[in-house]
Amino acid sequence: MERTRRYYEAQGFDKPYVWAHFDDVPFAPLPQPLEQCRLALVTTSALYDREATDPRYVDSGSMREPPERLFANDLAWDKNATHMEDRRSYFPVERIHELAAMGVIGRVASRFHCAPTEYSIRRTLTKDAPELLARCRQDNADIALLVPL
Amino acid sequence: MSLIARHFEENGLPTVILGSALDVVEHCGVPRFVFADFPLGNPCGPPWNRDVQAEIVWWAVRFFEWAKGPRATERLPYRWAHDEWRERYLQVRDEDRAALLQKGEERRVLRQQLRDQGRVRDG
Repeated sequence: MERTRRYYEAQGFDKPYVWAHFDDVPFAPLPQPLEQCRLALVTTSALYDREATDPRYVDSGSMREPPERLFANDLAWDKNATHMEDRRSYFPVERIHELAAMGVIGRVASRFHCAPTEYSIRRTLTKDAPELLARCRQDNADIALLVPL
Repeated sequence: MSLIARHFEENGLPTVILGSALDVVEHCGVPRFVFADFPLGNPCGPPWNRDVQAEIVWWAVRFFEWAKGPRATERLPYRWAHDEWRERYLQVRDEDRAALLQKGEERRVLRQQLRDQGRVRDG
């Protein structure tokens, strides 16, 4: 966080970003044993190659026929140290199906979801998080694995 | 993603975050976090390393059961091939300052243009 703060300060942004912070943390117990749960997968990557200036919205895709690759060139991650050429390094759809086949989880929800990362904490809390939850509920997901880049 | 995890949990849907931004996630406060100590971008393991990727995702999924209360963090034992990224990421060197300042200025101008054209999200 300190490093990010210094980086944007060096770019001349005088108002430092305020990261969300809460004293209380919610905790929902598993509704049933893990091996009976249906899992939804959520990523911060996108279905198309967004421009940095494109508005970001919640999106979804098929877990059975996932796209060959996903995109996150508009997000902040360590582009010097690594890359996104191997989808399994950031979007574990094959492994989730394997874990279902092994009986570690019960089933896989039909869709995965793309969560837009937003500068605005309010927008995430009032628009995107409820929309993502609604989509998970539509698919009867019992648990959600969230994998941000 | 931390905010999304919190929203899901407040509404009864258990989550695990599998990620690499330890300070940001813990600062926010989330129910279950599996921390992969890698450069941001590959939380499921180094590219093409199928064995490590398989183990990491297995840990993350099992953590739904293993975590017994909020702010549960599991630190995975895997390491990146080298540690150079720790110093290099978002490094501000004196010789880069002019370029960074210019980059910031370009972003501010562009954002203002987008706002003027209404090409930003509502609400």
